[in-house]
Amino acid sequence: MPEIQTHAPADPTGERPKRSLIQYVRDTQVWGSIFRHGPPSNDRNRALAIITNVFLHLHPVRVRKSGIRLKYTWCMGGVTFFLFIVETITGLLLMFYYRPTLEYAYTDIWDLREQVPLGVMRELHRWGAHAMVIAVWLHMFRVFMTGSYKPPREFNWNVGVILLVLTLLLSFTGYLLPWDQLAIWAITVGSNMARATPFVGHEGPGAALLKLGDVNLVTIGSDVRFALLGGRFVGAGALLRFYVLHCVGIPLVVGTLIAVHFWRVRKDGGISGPL
Amino acid sequence: MAAAKAAAVAAARPAGATVLKSGIGEVVYRPSAQAETMTRRSFFNWLSLGWISFTAAMGGMVTAATRFMFPNVLFEPPSTFKAGRPAEYAIGKVDERWKESYGVWLVRTDEGFYALSTTCTHLGCTPNWLGAENKFKCPCHGSGFYPTGINFEGPAPRPLERYKITLADDGQLLIDKNVKFQQEKGQWESPGAFLTFSA
Repeated sequence: MPEIQTHAPADPTGERPKRSLIQYVRDTQVWGSIFRHGPPSNDRNRALAIITNVFLHLHPVRVRKSGIRLKYTWCMGGVTFFLFIVETITGLLLMFYYRPTLEYAYTDIWDLREQVPLGVMRELHRWGAHAMVIAVWLHMFRVFMTGSYKPPREFNWNVGVILLVLTLLLSFTGYLLPWDQLAIWAITVGSNMARATPFVGHEGPGAALLKLGDVNLVTIGSDVRFALLGGRFVGAGALLRFYVLHCVGIPLVVGTLIAVHFWRVRKDGGISGPL
Repeated sequence: MAAAKAAAVAAARPAGATVLKSGIGEVVYRPSAQAETMTRRSFFNWLSLGWISFTAAMGGMVTAATRFMFPNVLFEPPSTFKAGRPAEYAIGKVDERWKESYGVWLVRTDEGFYALSTTCTHLGCTPNWLGAENKFKCPCHGSGFYPTGINFEGPAPRPLERYKITLADDGQLLIDKNVKFQQEKGQWESPGAFLTFSA
């Protein structure tokens, strides 16, 4: 292994050697402190470029030729991740105008469309959400059809299934935020299903068994649906809780699991090859 | 000669020292002064205590965080309300004045009153009272109910629920939404499901 030369050798004539601009930048302390290896002109430095970078190290060092064939992967995992980034950025921008209260929620959405510059921002967020749900299903379909869930990738399949559910929950919680009739009734219908949760839903099987003397412990005011809505029906509490879950709670979990998901693709041997 | 030297080295060793022989000589492990204060058994006792405390603390925090999600005060309409005097209601009419604020239809028949829940038994939407067609019709999935609350069309699996209705001491109608009566359980015959009243 030849010694990696990071600085120009001293010139015996005393003249400063001519250096290109790229070489000059590479010799600065700033560059050297960020990239702690030479230019990626050999296998070792190419590998170092990946594994010393927190973002790139999640990605496999080597990718099979088949792994980047569009016909094989459809790039649906990548598209899903791209849409997640789009949703994060557009969602962050929407948060500057949207207030999750009964008084303002509906009119703020209206305001975002009619008054705020780039009124299409909210639509971008909505279209991106629809596209992300479609892409994540197609990604799952591809992984299933190529048998990429098989050992040693079972764990990552399960992480992916959780990410799918979380994507649907992001869609569901975001659905309420416009606070129009469609939103309120969709969430009313959706959250009523939680009434039937075994033991912790007040209309679910086993809920009647949980009582202290004559007092039912699981009631409409103390079951899992109540915890989700912050009330007995879809009202101010539900709007705020769904907003917090949509903007902070679920994205934090999704972001963490995405990192695990990518890292396990690498650790489980990269993108699976064609069967 | 060698034996005498080894004896001299051994004599210089402190009490309690352990000697390990290796290829390049002897390594002497001498317990520190503090080592006497903790035995293996007491170490594990403390370790167990530590883990039990940690588990209890985590359990307490999870319990507290769960409890945090259940507020003590709700900013929702009260579940019991007075609906005015019986004379204010026309016989044979479905009255909608409490629909918006309390989610209740008051129905006055020849014999008396009953209070219907405005929550559709299919998926929880609010049906509309269509006076011309003499029925409740849910806009979500098309469930239909007779004025009695009995379902007759659409996906609703059971009749609308009734709330407890009585006469308060001051002569006003009193509706208690905490008590509900379901027809399919035979509860509409129970006291409170129907208020017999004749003016």
